[in-house]
Amino acid sequence: MSASKKPEADRRFAKFGTVSFTATTKVNDFIGYLEEGQVCGTKCLTCGTVFFPPRAQCYKCRDKARIEWFQVQGSGKLATYSELKYAPTGFGEDLPYAIAVLNMGGYKLFGRIGDVPLDQVRVGMELTPVANELPGGQINYVFNRC
Amino acid sequence: MSKVAIIGVGQSSFVRGYAGSIRELAFEAYAEAMSDAGLTNDQIGATVVCSAPEYDKQRSPAGVIVEHLGLNPQPTFYTESLCCSSTTGLKLAYALVQSGLHESVMVLGFQKMSEITSAESQERMGRGADIQWESPFGTMMPAYYAMFAQGYLDQYGASEEDLALIRVKAATYGQLNERAVYRKPVELAQCLSADPVASPLKVFDCCANADGSSCIIVASEEKAKQWGVAQPVWIRGLGSASAPVNLALRESFSSFAAATEAGRQAYAMAGIGPKDIDVAEVHDCFTIAEMLAYEDLGFAPRGGGPELIRAKETYKEGSIPVNVDGGLLSKGHPIGATGGSQLRTIVLQLRGQAGDIQVKAPEFGLVHNMGGVGIYGNVVILGR
Repeated sequence: MSASKKPEADRRFAKFGTVSFTATTKVNDFIGYLEEGQVCGTKCLTCGTVFFPPRAQCYKCRDKARIEWFQVQGSGKLATYSELKYAPTGFGEDLPYAIAVLNMGGYKLFGRIGDVPLDQVRVGMELTPVANELPGGQINYVFNRC
Repeated sequence: MSKVAIIGVGQSSFVRGYAGSIRELAFEAYAEAMSDAGLTNDQIGATVVCSAPEYDKQRSPAGVIVEHLGLNPQPTFYTESLCCSSTTGLKLAYALVQSGLHESVMVLGFQKMSEITSAESQERMGRGADIQWESPFGTMMPAYYAMFAQGYLDQYGASEEDLALIRVKAATYGQLNERAVYRKPVELAQCLSADPVASPLKVFDCCANADGSSCIIVASEEKAKQWGVAQPVWIRGLGSASAPVNLALRESFSSFAAATEAGRQAYAMAGIGPKDIDVAEVHDCFTIAEMLAYEDLGFAPRGGGPELIRAKETYKEGSIPVNVDGGLLSKGHPIGATGGSQLRTIVLQLRGQAGDIQVKAPEFGLVHNMGGVGIYGNVVILGR
């Protein structure tokens, strides 16, 4: 009977990154937006707080919260980074790569360096976050040259 | 308010590949601390067992450990705050004694990291950060700390050589510590030419995984006197704080807010300041971590850390000796045991029992113990 059938779980977050450690979250739409080429955060319209990484809940407004998605636009300044010579289990194929924090002004993004040659990465350089498809149907975002 | 004393300390050797099980590893620190305190098991009111559980197959390790140590039927509590689990355990023990619930409490930290491979260990430690939003990018502890190293070097124009000087100091004292994993001398040139791990950190900027245990026994002032403890060391200040896990939510990449706040609390409770500290143990899981600690604890002004190490002020003869037992960089870093080992070093210093590394007549000592990438910060001030 269809009425008693267990609803199919939304496990989209399992697609995030080379290896995801989370399958389901209340912000699974983040993956939907990434697949449309958009890096998105959330904002609580009640108090104005901007969340990146995005959240579906607001600790300031609790039951009064009104959460809405927004697209991360423009460029930010590279706050810091590190190039890895070793990788944790599951990431060896990705080497060499750099993880980084990009400061967008009102909020920051933790992610990976994209199209910048690793010997040219410098703190303070302007980069743009973009959606990035990975092998095996996975997806993340990276910081590319403007 | 009455005082709480540390009346016994113990530590196993820190080794690669301990030839025994976790309960046997825990026994080594327990046996030494009990002999040190001159106690029998019936004088221990409760235990706090501290570790990061993901390294063990044993679920709820506190149970088998207190069974093996003969500490039934006393209650046992398990605490975990990554690499600062055993100083979190100390705070819990202090609260249990100060509240009057127990007159004495044993804090037992342990970790047997060698049961898994180094890559598996990196993956597990990496999961001590934000698994939802950071780990999918391929993170690991050296890379997280490396991001602070890069942020620090950029902010203050410090050099990789400044970081290497910290390792050279650590090795100077690691050679003297029979319980350290790494006991060879390390030259500056060797540090600078070592293989990169995660830029700008290289092999000698990083501590080693290790197996080890530590044990700290605390008691009320009344019991310490009643039991005739010859040299009680008093817990004068306790500070602890947390910071956002995700680096996207951090304000600074050249300091740890949780360490700064924990230090502020501990100094306020003790009623002293950084200049009053005679000897310190700081959480040098990486060279950059010790550099940040100099500034977060007020031993140097912001950006002044490099000058402190260049002038050798943190050597044994300097104005503020730091990690003169070799630090985590020499001893190794068995997660749950680390804070207890730092506390033991300071207790021995304050008693005048530190041997080759004894600093001159210290009155106050400080322990700085961090969990994760500055997620949790504990600062403890001890005094004679």
